[in-house]
Amino acid sequence: MKTEAESLLPLPPVTFHILVALADEDRHGYAVIKDVAARTGGTLKLSPGTLYRSIERMVQQGLIREISSRPAREIDDERRRYYRITPFGREVAMAESRRLAQMLDLARAKGLAPRKV
Amino acid sequence: MRIYRLLLYLYPASFRADYGDEMAAIFQVQLRAARGVARLALWFAVLHEVIMNAPAVHWDILKQDLRYTFRTLNRARGFALTAILVTALGVGANTAAFSVADFVLLRPLPFADPDALVRACEGPRTGAGWGCMNELSPANYRDFKAMSSSFEAMGAFTGGAANLVGFGEPRRLAITPVTPDVLRLLGVTPALGRGFDAREDDRRTAVISYGLWQSQFGADPSVLGRTVRLDGVPHTIIGVMPHGFYFPTREVQLWTALTFEDEDYADRTNTYIHAVARLKPGVTFEEARADLEVIAARLARDFPETNAETGISFFRMRENMSPRFRLMLMALGGASLCLLLLTCANLANLLLARAAARERELAVRAALGAGKERLMRQLVTESLILTLLGGAAGLFVAVVGVPLFASLVPDTLPIATEPVLDLRVIAVAALFTTLTALGFGLFPAIRAGRRTTFDARREGVRAGGGAKQRLRAVLVTVEVAMSVVLLITSGLLIRAVWQVQAIDPGFRPENVLALNMALPRPKYDKPLQRVQFYDRVLARVRALPGVHSAAFTSGLPMVTTGLVTAIEIPGREKPVRRRDVVSHRWVTPQYFRTMGIALRRGRDVEDGDRGDRAWVAVVSASFAERYWPGQDPIGRTFRHLDDTRTVVGVVGDIKVRGLERTSEPQMYLPAAQAPDPFPGGFDPKDLVIRHSGQASALVSAVRQIVRAIDAEQPIADVRAMDDVIAGETASRRGQLQVLGVFAVVAILLSAVGIYGLLAYTVSQRSQEIGVRLALGADPARVGRMIVADGMRLALFGIAPGVLGAYAAARGISALLFGVAPGDPATFATAVGVALLTVLAGTLVPAWRAMRLTPMSVLRAE
Repeated sequence: MKTEAESLLPLPPVTFHILVALADEDRHGYAVIKDVAARTGGTLKLSPGTLYRSIERMVQQGLIREISSRPAREIDDERRRYYRITPFGREVAMAESRRLAQMLDLARAKGLAPRKV
Repeated sequence: MRIYRLLLYLYPASFRADYGDEMAAIFQVQLRAARGVARLALWFAVLHEVIMNAPAVHWDILKQDLRYTFRTLNRARGFALTAILVTALGVGANTAAFSVADFVLLRPLPFADPDALVRACEGPRTGAGWGCMNELSPANYRDFKAMSSSFEAMGAFTGGAANLVGFGEPRRLAITPVTPDVLRLLGVTPALGRGFDAREDDRRTAVISYGLWQSQFGADPSVLGRTVRLDGVPHTIIGVMPHGFYFPTREVQLWTALTFEDEDYADRTNTYIHAVARLKPGVTFEEARADLEVIAARLARDFPETNAETGISFFRMRENMSPRFRLMLMALGGASLCLLLLTCANLANLLLARAAARERELAVRAALGAGKERLMRQLVTESLILTLLGGAAGLFVAVVGVPLFASLVPDTLPIATEPVLDLRVIAVAALFTTLTALGFGLFPAIRAGRRTTFDARREGVRAGGGAKQRLRAVLVTVEVAMSVVLLITSGLLIRAVWQVQAIDPGFRPENVLALNMALPRPKYDKPLQRVQFYDRVLARVRALPGVHSAAFTSGLPMVTTGLVTAIEIPGREKPVRRRDVVSHRWVTPQYFRTMGIALRRGRDVEDGDRGDRAWVAVVSASFAERYWPGQDPIGRTFRHLDDTRTVVGVVGDIKVRGLERTSEPQMYLPAAQAPDPFPGGFDPKDLVIRHSGQASALVSAVRQIVRAIDAEQPIADVRAMDDVIAGETASRRGQLQVLGVFAVVAILLSAVGIYGLLAYTVSQRSQEIGVRLALGADPARVGRMIVADGMRLALFGIAPGVLGAYAAARGISALLFGVAPGDPATFATAVGVALLTVLAGTLVPAWRAMRLTPMSVLRAE
């Protein structure tokens, strides 16, 4: 029997990136874009459309939720909406990481990936 | 920036409302950071992204809505199935009916530029009506062709049949001799070989149909140049017409060259050809008709002896069908339109009922933050899914239904029997139902958007205003009215069929078998040769077990409807052609006994009535009454062709031309007393047998007998006279079946409509009813109240329905065969059926109301 988290796997890369971006702190949309770009060395630049389409779906799937608590007023922009990863989102992200790790192990065993350093 | 805002409109409104501002803000930041080329690149990236993402977001929402739709529809399975069924019946029946009407009435004939094709024959001198009074004579045809200036080309053809010998079993074929112009002016090129030329050597050539090429020649491409014998005369095949080419009717399988000799032009009353012509470009139908009428007037002046009463009947090739077919198809179109309206009314009703039931759910969703746009979208998806499923089922209904309509295709048109499904019609019917579904499906969303959500929640299931109830009541009355119209008109048509079936044909068709064996000329040119053939066949057939009697005739009643001739009574003025004619048949002895035609006076045709004895005739009662009113006709004489005949017997009249048509008086002449030479068309060719056994065994025995006498003689058209009579009402019954099904569907739909409305009313008023019952109200009275509500609606619908039906019946009175358009028995029965059906629809809701208790009501709340 698959768990509810496993039924969502494999995750679309964008979804995974957004989960990772929200793993350590709540962010608004633009911050997510910037975080993903920074972590991937600029190779993955999310467009707003892609981002919000993913966010819409992830909210429905219960991976993230919009939060009403806001940062200090002076650095806030009232148009911004902030998102937080849910426990379920965390669970799914971890399941996806495990799946990726297993894939990597398989590839290594056949010499298709560098050995662990 | 404004451009970006505009681009955002490609996204669903709910998405835009949620994220539009943020997306714009991000874009603003990016735009500020970019300069020059980078800015251009940013715009391209944005365009690309919107174009890729917006449809994806729409798809996400659609998927969500679809999931939700299937969940809700699955919960309301009864509603969903009813809605789908209603749509399927409406769309399907409509598509089938209109496909047929379009196929027969509107679709262009399968010829080049078919609108320019016209037909002409002789008609009454004054006034024009449908159809031909007579064929044309070659002389009149020649003059029409030479003197008219309206036609690009004109050709002539005639009808015929021939025995085909030379390939496989001998076969009897319908053939059409055509002048060389005919195939050319139709604008159809042969699939193989060529058509006819005016060349002399085309006299003995033949063009065959695609069907004959397939069946008789195995689609052999080397068929060209081969010789077949038609009634013993060799013909060379020069061409094969393409698939789907029919002229002048479906039955014709082979065309030969029609040529005229000088003597053919001698007599202007020698009428046996039809003209077909193509209008010159720019000449209208009316101009051409006027042109021909001027010529007809001139011919009447120049040849008063023959042409004084001869006019021209001129009509489009498309319109070569009896007005009854046209009227019936139009009636059918009207009926199916009725049904479509009824379907829409019913669907609307269902959706309104459902909307009422869902008001609370929608209000709750709106309160939870679902935007009006989002709810609308959801409802649109639901309505579309319902009609899509209904439409698909309707397509299935139409596919199954169209072949049932084949009886509505007249056989006088050069088109296939099987109408094809018309996709345009499907589209129109689908559009209607979809619009209905959308209109009434969105109703609740609009309401939900308008109301304050708080009100809705507080009102609970008691929501649903009086206006909507009234609308539903109006819809139900419309349904009842429509179904009453359909019930009454089909009832009238049923009575018309009964009336036709009750007509006495004048002969007893049961246990009479008929087989066609036309004797080919010139093989059987001499009267003695033919008489010998008849004698030998009859002697052996009569000896077969189970055979009571057998005879030959030159034409079966209702099958061969023509064969009229003129006679002269000595001492009276010459007969006026075309009015004073009688139907005549050449028969062998035992004909009357075999057909069951009553012999009133005198005697039958006897074996002794041979060429060397006194020439005699047997006449029908109306014949005697016409020429010798009030006198004894036996022993009287008259002249026919150049012979004097004495009346030796009087028989009852029969319906030669068919049950619904008036027939000329009849005269029967002994086959053995035929003049020589004698036109082959008048030869006795139908063997009729009265038997008391197995028809199939009899047929093979007769085949053996004929083969032993003449191995090349084919037998065609084996039929029971019962079937001939049944065929007389076949098209009526076919039409009636369709209309009857429409009526039944209609009344069922109305019953569903009434049931739905009352069931809803009861659920709306359940609290009130429950309290009343608890306070001691009589359950029977509550039930009566509900039933009365339903019956009141029905009566409101029946009144306009009866009026509409009377108007419709007046419109189709030509189809009613004397049944009065206001026939009280039919009206009463139809109204009774409608009331009973409605009553049935009210019973379940009434029963439910009677069983309500305050507890159950409260629990439901």
